[in-house]
Amino acid sequence: MITIERVRRAYSSEVEIGPVDLVIPGGGITALIGPNGAGKSTLLTMVGRLMGMDAGAIEIAGYDIATTKSADLAKIVSILRQENHFVTRLTVRQLVGFGRFPHTKGRLNRDDERIISQAIDFLDLGALEGRYLDELSGGQRQRAYVAMVLAQDTEVVLLDEPLNNLDMKHAVSMMAQLRRAADELGRTIVIVLHDINFAGHYADRICAMKNGQVVEFGEPAEIMTDEVLTRVFETPVQVIDGPHGPLAVYY
Amino acid sequence: MLRRVAHAAEAERMPLARSSAGAFPDSAARRRYVVVLAVLIVLSVAFAFGLLAWDNPMPVGSEGFWRIANLRATNLLVIALVAICQAVATVSFQTVTTNRIITPSIMGFESLYRAVQTSTVYLFGVAGLVAMQGLGAFALQIAVMVGLAMLLYGWLLRGRYANLQIMLLIGIIIGGGLGAVATFMQRLLTPSEFDVLAARLFGNISNADPAYLPLAVPLCIAASALLWMRARRLNVMALGSDTATSLGVNHRRELMIVLFLVAVLMATSTALVGPMTFLGFLVATLAYQFADSHDHRLVFPVAVLTAFTIIAGAYFVMRNIFSAQGVVSIIIELVGGVVFLIVILRKGRL
Repeated sequence: MITIERVRRAYSSEVEIGPVDLVIPGGGITALIGPNGAGKSTLLTMVGRLMGMDAGAIEIAGYDIATTKSADLAKIVSILRQENHFVTRLTVRQLVGFGRFPHTKGRLNRDDERIISQAIDFLDLGALEGRYLDELSGGQRQRAYVAMVLAQDTEVVLLDEPLNNLDMKHAVSMMAQLRRAADELGRTIVIVLHDINFAGHYADRICAMKNGQVVEFGEPAEIMTDEVLTRVFETPVQVIDGPHGPLAVYY
Repeated sequence: MLRRVAHAAEAERMPLARSSAGAFPDSAARRRYVVVLAVLIVLSVAFAFGLLAWDNPMPVGSEGFWRIANLRATNLLVIALVAICQAVATVSFQTVTTNRIITPSIMGFESLYRAVQTSTVYLFGVAGLVAMQGLGAFALQIAVMVGLAMLLYGWLLRGRYANLQIMLLIGIIIGGGLGAVATFMQRLLTPSEFDVLAARLFGNISNADPAYLPLAVPLCIAASALLWMRARRLNVMALGSDTATSLGVNHRRELMIVLFLVAVLMATSTALVGPMTFLGFLVATLAYQFADSHDHRLVFPVAVLTAFTIIAGAYFVMRNIFSAQGVVSIIIELVGGVVFLIVILRKGRL
């Protein structure tokens, strides 16, 4: 469970995130949606303690992120940002192996190797595990990063637009894999999504943000309506009945 | 949770991992590394022995031989110190700044050394330069260089808009400024003063005064041992600030500690033998190619041995072929630069 209490961060007098009050229940997938500049990524990076906040408090699974040691937090929350560029040359397997660092401090034992294999298989990277990251396509690399985050074996997983750079097929399989991670492994996944239809179909809860504020929080059925989406995105949105549930059409 | 699933699936799964997530992706890489390390050790020993034995009039092994060898052993110790300082400092610096193009030497260390030496000659003449010797002056030089570096790092990495790139840029600008001041003062020197100064401004193994060693050796060993102990954390630091933080490493704190140790190593090396601008960059880049691993426990030894081979080789050639004792930085930049270009052009990546 993630508790966000009166969290604020100011960039300038006009641009400000918060104050945000939000409780994200444990388990399942929570999607953060909203127009560009709404503060989705900022909120996510603050929860992942990669960015400080000006005021307020965030608790993850009962631990206050401001006072808990970073090394201990790394065992309960993992975060993947949008842009990842490494100077070191790593194979997929070595990258995923770094996910074990919070538990082993770099000394991998056979248990760790097994968990790494599991994470690699979970994202269908078995055939690629010996390849270097600079030999992979953007989508394959994205999956490798997600595998690393899963190998970290944390209760809470935060992902900032993991569908970036993915084509239709890989975006769908990524969401299906995250769905399985939530269902089978019991992870709490918070994910920033740009495609509202992915959020509507795969998420258990949707949190809509606008101008640094949380404006809606609820189940997909409550959020996927003409009125709510039009208001959040400030553009006419029509929700129609698709073959697998509601579909937002905005063009 | 994944751990539990892993245990449950253990029975059906292969009991062993398919390949390793460790330092080597496969056994071929491990073999290659061992061969590279062996070659570097052989080369280092050969050059070390060459420096002791070449032109030694006494037969190898006799008492007279060792007496002469002992006299030269100090140089060998200085070479080893410089190799360790430059190699470990540059690799660590490039890792924590996630940048493989800049080196700590352009962050003001060498310009500061140049400025200190030049202004001493400018203000006090050659006598001042001679007076500025001894352990105290050596310690003072190191302290000033480390102090300046920490001031810069501390000031630029604290606060809300702390930014590594800006710190590097300001470091380079300060370095350039100090270099310009030194060059200006050099213009105003008499030719004879300039001559004495110029000898100090080339990286020169013979610059090293044996009296400095009681301080230089412990500093070098302590700082590089501490960096060695942080090797696994350095592996994570190389992934950048966000990923390192997410994996539980306190990035800011680790950065300051590593930069402090790098400053100690660079200051020791520079105060001992003078500027070696290109050496660290050359050695680090070659070491990444030779070791071909992200693990600092593997990169450090290769980098140190590469540095030792290069300096000892350059010193051997300068001393025994060109009779120009000690001025190694010239040949390092010439030959080293060519080797560097060949390796990079063949591999096509840093």
